[in-house]
Amino acid sequence: MTPARAHSAMPQTAMNTSPSEFNHPAQASAQVQTPPAKMRASNVSFHYGTFRALYDVTLEFPANKVTALIGPSGCGKSTFLRSLNRINETIRGARIEGEITLDGEDVLKMDVTGLRRRVGMVFQRPNPFPKSIFENVAYGVRVNGLASRSELPDIVEKSLRRAALWDEVRDKLHESAHALSGGQQQRLCIARGLAVEPEVLLLDEPCSALDPIATAKIEDLLVAIKDQCTIVIVTHNMQQAARVADNTGFFLLGRLIEHDRTDVIFKNPSKKETEDYITGRFG
Amino acid sequence: MSSSAAVQPQMGKSPVSEISRRLRGGDEVAWLITLLFSISVLLVTALLVWELWVGSEPSRAKSGFSFLTSKLWNPVTDEFGAYPFIYGTIVTSVLALAIAVPTGVGAAIYLSELATGKWSDSLTFLVELLAAVPSVIFGLLAMFTLVPMMRETIGPAIKSVFGSLPLFSGPVYGVGYFTAGLVMAIMIFPYIISVSREALMSVPREQREAALALGATKWESTWQIVVPYARLGIIGSVFLAFARALGETMAVTMVIGNDPSVHASLFAPGYTIAAVIANEFTEATGKVYPAALVELGLVLFVLTFILNGLARLLILITTQKGSARA
Repeated sequence: MTPARAHSAMPQTAMNTSPSEFNHPAQASAQVQTPPAKMRASNVSFHYGTFRALYDVTLEFPANKVTALIGPSGCGKSTFLRSLNRINETIRGARIEGEITLDGEDVLKMDVTGLRRRVGMVFQRPNPFPKSIFENVAYGVRVNGLASRSELPDIVEKSLRRAALWDEVRDKLHESAHALSGGQQQRLCIARGLAVEPEVLLLDEPCSALDPIATAKIEDLLVAIKDQCTIVIVTHNMQQAARVADNTGFFLLGRLIEHDRTDVIFKNPSKKETEDYITGRFG
Repeated sequence: MSSSAAVQPQMGKSPVSEISRRLRGGDEVAWLITLLFSISVLLVTALLVWELWVGSEPSRAKSGFSFLTSKLWNPVTDEFGAYPFIYGTIVTSVLALAIAVPTGVGAAIYLSELATGKWSDSLTFLVELLAAVPSVIFGLLAMFTLVPMMRETIGPAIKSVFGSLPLFSGPVYGVGYFTAGLVMAIMIFPYIISVSREALMSVPREQREAALALGATKWESTWQIVVPYARLGIIGSVFLAFARALGETMAVTMVIGNDPSVHASLFAPGYTIAAVIANEFTEATGKVYPAALVELGLVLFVLTFILNGLARLLILITTQKGSARA
């Protein structure tokens, strides 16, 4: 299948609220006006041992946009997300083919720690380290040697503010991160990711373990931070994709079926599989 | 609930059949049986303490608390002091830990984090095999290889560097605290590896990935995130090993030199509580002599008890401070 390539070349017009609309006029009719892709995957295939999880996925992630990856369980969307920062490499027997670029640089040939500093990740279940709230946020900065000791408190505060958690934890920065609620922990994990100022933030079903209120907070937060980084979010929740994403890609059985602006995907999908999934006929 | 339909008609029947029906359900029976089992553990422990207490009565009556501090061990004059044995037990155990903890934890890190698949599995299998070797075998091995090696190469080598320290002064006989500690270290090594490895492997994958995703290297993620996360299990392995070292009898008896006196030098021969009980109990005559040995057993029991308490305390403190989940 090759529809992915065709779709990735479609005009990536901004939704009305996007700040980058100014740079890229809404009346996009030619490819020239496509916003620059922050990350681009070309013909990416992925194998776990003998199992092939991805088939020639080609997809672009425009800068300062939220891209949602949707699809039924086991469709490869998480695998795809996890190959963007090469975290899947740590799994035994994993093998990737194809090309992934970040600002035109080949991700697969890049120094992996440098790549992961630039492409952050938030996981499905909140996974704060068994340290204090402060130490959790500071960890990435410390380990990468990005700032001096005296700058840490400012960075921690700024990151927690960006993750809309500061007001709730400002008085207990040195208490255990595990004392926080699930939603707070997940926002802490986002703050931890933001502290190293990543250019891209990958989120792997970040709200699947959270209640609706915590979910809403995280969704607001994603929309708020996208002017500072490019966001890719894997989600099971189609309403969530519709709420937060500028673009949406639909995966099925390891293939990217369709990729377009979110409103197009949800209102006027061009593939039958997409329509079946969106309307709840399977998955 | 298909069973509720079958149960309904019985409701009106006699209380006896009701009881038998409930019993067949198993809850009460299971509760009673498992309770009995767990009480039996308590019972055995209580019996043990009771026996040790009663058995040591003549010795306690004769020496009182000076038993713990006296250095004299003279069966001929019926004078018994536990100090050399307590000293020997603690010195050899601590020495064993000092050797086995860093190597064991290091090996566990290698096996769980760094080694790949089959290689790690086969190494782990061998380590667990090592744990199953009876201690007398280690004793034999130590007598025939470690003791001469100690006397001829290791001992002189250490002396040539640290000879001026009182810790390594005096002649090297081959048998002594150091050799005993070394054998003990070899014996507790697999325990530390095995338990620490389990603890490291049970650290959630997400913890490793969280660190890696922030740009940490594999080693940074292992050392700064995975090991601290598993620290309770690792501490547990150390205390398990310590308890085992304290009570280790056979191999130690064979290489410690069996000298009931206190020496500053690690190369000097000494004695441990377990070794002296094993060696002298069959020959202990009279009233006070066997009682003194039983009292030594009581001391060892209390020592282990205190150690376990300390372990609990340590875990409690680190849990509160660092807030790790078990």
